[in-house]
Amino acid sequence: MAAGASDLLRFTTAGSVDDGKSTLIGRLLYDTKSIFEDQLEALEGASRRSGEDGLNLALLTDGLRAEREQKITIDVAYRYFATPRRKFIIADTPGHEQYTRNMVTGASTAHLAVVLVDARKGVLTQSRRHAFISSLLGIPHMVVAVNKMDLVDWSMDAFDEIADEFRSFAAKLNVRDIVFIPISALEGDNVARRSERTDWYQGPSLLHHLESVNISADRNLVDFRFPVQYVIRPHQDFRGFAGEVASGTISVGEEVVALPSGRATRVTQIHSARGPVEEGLAGDPLVIGLADDIDVSRGDMIVRRRNLPQVGRRMEAMLCWMSETPLEVGRPLLVRHTTRAARAYVTNVLYRIDVDTLHREDAQTLALNEIGRVEVETADPVFFDPYRVNRSTGAFVLVDAFTNTTVGAGMIRGGVQTPGDLARADAEGAERPASPDVRWEPEALAREEREARNGHRAAVVWFTGLSGSGKSTLARAVERRLYDIGCSTMLLDGDRVRHGLSGDLAFSPEDRTENIRRVGEVARLFFEQGSIALCTFLSPYARDRDRARSLVPDGRFFEVYVRCDIEECRRRDSKGLYERAERGEITGLTGVTAPYEEPVSPELLAPSDDLGVDELAERVVAMLRSAGILPAGAPEARP
Amino acid sequence: MKDDRTSHLAQLEAEAIFVMREVAAQFERPVLLFSGGKDSIVMVHVASKAFAPGRIPFPLLHIDTGHNFAETLRFRDALVGRVGAELLVRYVQDSIDAGRAVEEKGPDASRNVLQIVTLLDAIEELKIDAALGGGRRDEEKARAKERFFSHRDRFGQWDPKNQRPELWSLYNGAKAPGEHFRVFPLSNWTEMDVWQYVAAEEIPIPSLYFAHQREVVERDGTLLARSPWISLLDGEAYENRTIRFRTIGDATCTGAVVSAAGSLEEVIAEVAAARVTERGGRHDDRRSESAMEDRKRQGYF
Repeated sequence: MAAGASDLLRFTTAGSVDDGKSTLIGRLLYDTKSIFEDQLEALEGASRRSGEDGLNLALLTDGLRAEREQKITIDVAYRYFATPRRKFIIADTPGHEQYTRNMVTGASTAHLAVVLVDARKGVLTQSRRHAFISSLLGIPHMVVAVNKMDLVDWSMDAFDEIADEFRSFAAKLNVRDIVFIPISALEGDNVARRSERTDWYQGPSLLHHLESVNISADRNLVDFRFPVQYVIRPHQDFRGFAGEVASGTISVGEEVVALPSGRATRVTQIHSARGPVEEGLAGDPLVIGLADDIDVSRGDMIVRRRNLPQVGRRMEAMLCWMSETPLEVGRPLLVRHTTRAARAYVTNVLYRIDVDTLHREDAQTLALNEIGRVEVETADPVFFDPYRVNRSTGAFVLVDAFTNTTVGAGMIRGGVQTPGDLARADAEGAERPASPDVRWEPEALAREEREARNGHRAAVVWFTGLSGSGKSTLARAVERRLYDIGCSTMLLDGDRVRHGLSGDLAFSPEDRTENIRRVGEVARLFFEQGSIALCTFLSPYARDRDRARSLVPDGRFFEVYVRCDIEECRRRDSKGLYERAERGEITGLTGVTAPYEEPVSPELLAPSDDLGVDELAERVVAMLRSAGILPAGAPEARP
Repeated sequence: MKDDRTSHLAQLEAEAIFVMREVAAQFERPVLLFSGGKDSIVMVHVASKAFAPGRIPFPLLHIDTGHNFAETLRFRDALVGRVGAELLVRYVQDSIDAGRAVEEKGPDASRNVLQIVTLLDAIEELKIDAALGGGRRDEEKARAKERFFSHRDRFGQWDPKNQRPELWSLYNGAKAPGEHFRVFPLSNWTEMDVWQYVAAEEIPIPSLYFAHQREVVERDGTLLARSPWISLLDGEAYENRTIRFRTIGDATCTGAVVSAAGSLEEVIAEVAAARVTERGGRHDDRRSESAMEDRKRQGYF
């Protein structure tokens, strides 16, 4: 390779407006001979015209007309310089008030953050914010450049005091490597070369540190993750999967699994930018050929068989909100995660972080530049790792479905586990390992997959009420509505199951209990199959209904009490049961000669003697929608 | 390049490949804007790697000002043949003939700005939803603010105050009908990176980039090559100089530099020692302080 082989360090600079950030960048560029004569000339002219005394180095980075007019940095700019040892990309982010969005943007790809502190002012709020954001974004290295040391007479005490204060604050954060350097950006001390005026300081100059900090260890070379970007098919005999290795390594011959199908196969060939290779590693753009002709397309992920990411549709994440319009829970969004795009909703805001104090605050929304913890639900499963383990598979952006703008940046903490999910797993004796690698069994079709294809979540809706209360009528009306918006449903009613499944049972309390037990199990099967199971059973005993409830996770079982005055039921007597009971032809009719245990806290109370069936059916559908079973917003007709 | 995959060039190449594949995957009718200059030659080289062993899955589009160096066109046709890509050409002359663009007058007349009309017409005609360009952030201060995926409204305009934040390598290509994207896979490359890459990958480039004898006229510190489209002002005369070009575009506004660099190694050494930027010789950038920003707002590359 030609001269100039070196590696690349991406860093971001942060500091408040007057901490001397632009001066520092200008100094780095100037001292590495990265400012050209025509740029200097233009800079001098621009400085003069904008009424500056000397050379305003900020004008070097503030390239937009509006930025020059207002003398503020509006947007992230990227600057480049090189030394014989390394190439550098600086994400120059604005220091003024509306900083967070831009800082997060610049920090998302950075290996290192330079946080400027004014030696006279000490650790200000702004410095804390920048440190917090750097930590949140998982930037592995931080340099605290204590600037304007010339204005505090090169005082070691002033420097030490700032370093101590910063260290004690940073102890609360997740920053592995912090280095403190006393500098004067204006005069160039300890920027590109060691200064003689800080003889008490034994460390490197800023530039020397930037040149030598070890970033190769920051890559995740363990967990192989290959999000498929594009399928390459030059001819009938070759189908390759193009993408960049997000983390880990892969070799020809290794056994892999394609998500979401879970199909296992073997890597037969690897093409890199250098031609065919035996092995690829994190950062390499590859085209991978597989032994079996399995269905893999953009957005899928190829992983090692024994090292799987989490798979799910519900994630908990730290979210930085980037839009002028505040976050609205339930508004349709698009999530971009690796190469996958899926419809998504923020379903819950858990709290907001006060980035100055790091305190958690109750919040229902996030405004521009605010950061909080949220739950996100996606229509299709995503394959993810926690952000702190893997910056590639742990990051996502949210796009507004109507305006197409990028509105949020998320860092995944993990999947959402409801207590019900855990209880169910315990009850089944299922292994729930601590390691995130083995949480999913790829051989089975997960309910999440079926739900993703259906476009809605599975649920059990249990209609209970006296005979003649209108349970079946209501359930049929609900089923019609769900069918019309494309839902997969199953209607189970007493008459049907007693003609087959429970044809051997009578109406004794024991037989009623057994009937409900069987129905609960059948409902659960349909639930696992991804459907919304509508069950209309008189089911007089609360205990039996609760058992059916326990078979599905929390939040998936909806008890609908179809309440109707018994005199009204008697008047309707659609099946003639009340009449026959009065004639003594049947005994043990619930509500007449047998007890009915009214639900104490049903998910929905449906007063069928008061409201019409259409109104009640709408209420059931609305309940399912607000519970997240159906997609929020307008119902979508499916093709 | 062959064995050093952690080098900065390998990383920049990987980034460019990733972006190109995103374009191929996210858009229906992308094109690669090809001018014949070194950046677009590198773009074609990277694109052929990105989709190997397949072919580049989108056509190249040349917006031809009609004021080309002959070497550029010869080189273009040879390159297209070699990589097996489809080439589309749209002519500024056609826009002028159709009355959609008006030729500039005077000694500084250039068709550079007129390209915007032809380009936007081509985008509409061909229903292009993403146009890949070789623009780099180090070229110019307005370009330093540019995104990889740069959204353009349905008039082709760039709004620098309303750019989408771009995080990690998650590129948002969502758009309304009629809008399009300009995509710059080489955003993070510098002029030096391009030259080092050309050398490392042994990429052929037009002879214009190497020192040669040519008749030039000096105007406002810029050396303009003799061509039918340049008229001499009073007191000006062509002289024979040994020059080369740092950028190649419209012959009427691309300045040459006095140089003896006849090989890539010499070019790299010269670039390393250069005290003016690559675009310092571009007449069109000197028209005003925000000339580039203004052109980009109108739909320039």
